[in-house]
Amino acid sequence: MGEPPVNASLPPSAETEAPIRVVLAKLGFDGHDRGLKVVARTLRDAGMEVIYLGLRQTTDSIVAACEQEDADVIGLSMHNAGHLTLAPRMVQAVDQAGLDVPVVIGGIVPADDVPTLTDSGVAAVIGPGASAEEVVSAVKASVSRQAASQ
Amino acid sequence: MVNHNLIDELFDSARGGDQRGLGKLLTMVERQSEVAARVSERAHRDAGQARIVGVTGAPGVGKSTITGRLAAVAGTARPAILAVDPSSPLTGGAILGDRIRMDNYAGSGAFIRSMATRGHAGGLSVAVPDAVRVLDAAGCDPIFVETVGVGQVEVSIATAADTAVVVVTPGWGDAVQANKAGLLEVADVLVVNKADRPDARGTRRDLEVMLDLGHQCGWRAPIVLTAATEGEGIDDLWTEIGRHIAHLHRSGELVHRRSRRRRGEVADRIKLHLSERVHQIVQNESGETVLERVDRNELSPAAAELLLSPLNPDNPPED
Repeated sequence: MGEPPVNASLPPSAETEAPIRVVLAKLGFDGHDRGLKVVARTLRDAGMEVIYLGLRQTTDSIVAACEQEDADVIGLSMHNAGHLTLAPRMVQAVDQAGLDVPVVIGGIVPADDVPTLTDSGVAAVIGPGASAEEVVSAVKASVSRQAASQ
Repeated sequence: MVNHNLIDELFDSARGGDQRGLGKLLTMVERQSEVAARVSERAHRDAGQARIVGVTGAPGVGKSTITGRLAAVAGTARPAILAVDPSSPLTGGAILGDRIRMDNYAGSGAFIRSMATRGHAGGLSVAVPDAVRVLDAAGCDPIFVETVGVGQVEVSIATAADTAVVVVTPGWGDAVQANKAGLLEVADVLVVNKADRPDARGTRRDLEVMLDLGHQCGWRAPIVLTAATEGEGIDDLWTEIGRHIAHLHRSGELVHRRSRRRRGEVADRIKLHLSERVHQIVQNESGETVLERVDRNELSPAAAELLLSPLNPDNPPED
């Protein structure tokens, strides 16, 4: 009982076609948001839904946004040399909340730091000079890897 | 596969305040699949308690800031905001930036959900009422629905609320504009935001003149001056919204309004599914054959319609 009559001619579930929902933010004390705005536009043009949080976010505010928005991926932009501290904290906060959401980092990250970040659970690090295509495919790949691991 | 137990579990946890469960339910109704119909049905059982406030106006007038502030002064445990923004018609993507202007006032603890229009014709007029129903059933109150006041669908969504708030800014137009603008006619409460700018009073006067000319039926839309980034006038605005809701209850208008809204939604749901059928028909093989004959000018568009329309009883039903 309680089952509504479902029109048999409805198209099959559109779940596979639903756009990727990505939360973009700058974490902590870091005012350089030009790059993040370019990335927002790039991901939008790739057909994604970008939930733009902008400057001065906290791990808590980002986790809350992910829950409310049912986001598929978090993109953080870091230009304050805090990535070794802040990025692992973001990953921890996501894990503690029990979310299955990959964290992708962009911005100024020295190549030497990349292994440390990926070891701490960051899904991808996109450095300066990455093309729009590289940004899009890194985000897509992190989402599909996460989906496959479930 | 999503089953009834999962939907029930998500509703139970959402009612208990679990934001993630609520977020998942909203995703389900947003995707307009068969699951969406089941979630909608389940939500219907518990909905009907929340006050629903639509906020609309032109881009950049300050809707998000006002909405965020309102949620903070509402004084309830679980206010919610549904912020609707357009998808790009070319790529289907969207930048949903309303949270920036709302989270600053996150003292409200509001549940904020951004929703893109996703381009499908009429889809929004089904997805938004469903999302509001889910928020309502989860115990959120009040529920603010914010849309850009361009296009009939967007306006009709915001005004399909208990109370429709229409926001303008100083310098948006003169008294003649005020009279021709259809958006203003549907306002239950009018807001002149950015009232710290010159000529806010002139704008108020133009709006008063417009209201003087209109017919009053028990309620004249109050005009509230706000400077939302400073938080000025927000308490007054919330008071006027409350007055309007009280008026709806007292006059019995609430029952009429909600019944009109539900009737409209039934028609919108049928329209959405018919338009999906139409989409399938023109895309399938026999549809393409007919369309190619139209290309070669062997068939008129009117004749092609007769051949393809699912409403023509001579045509076999699609599987």
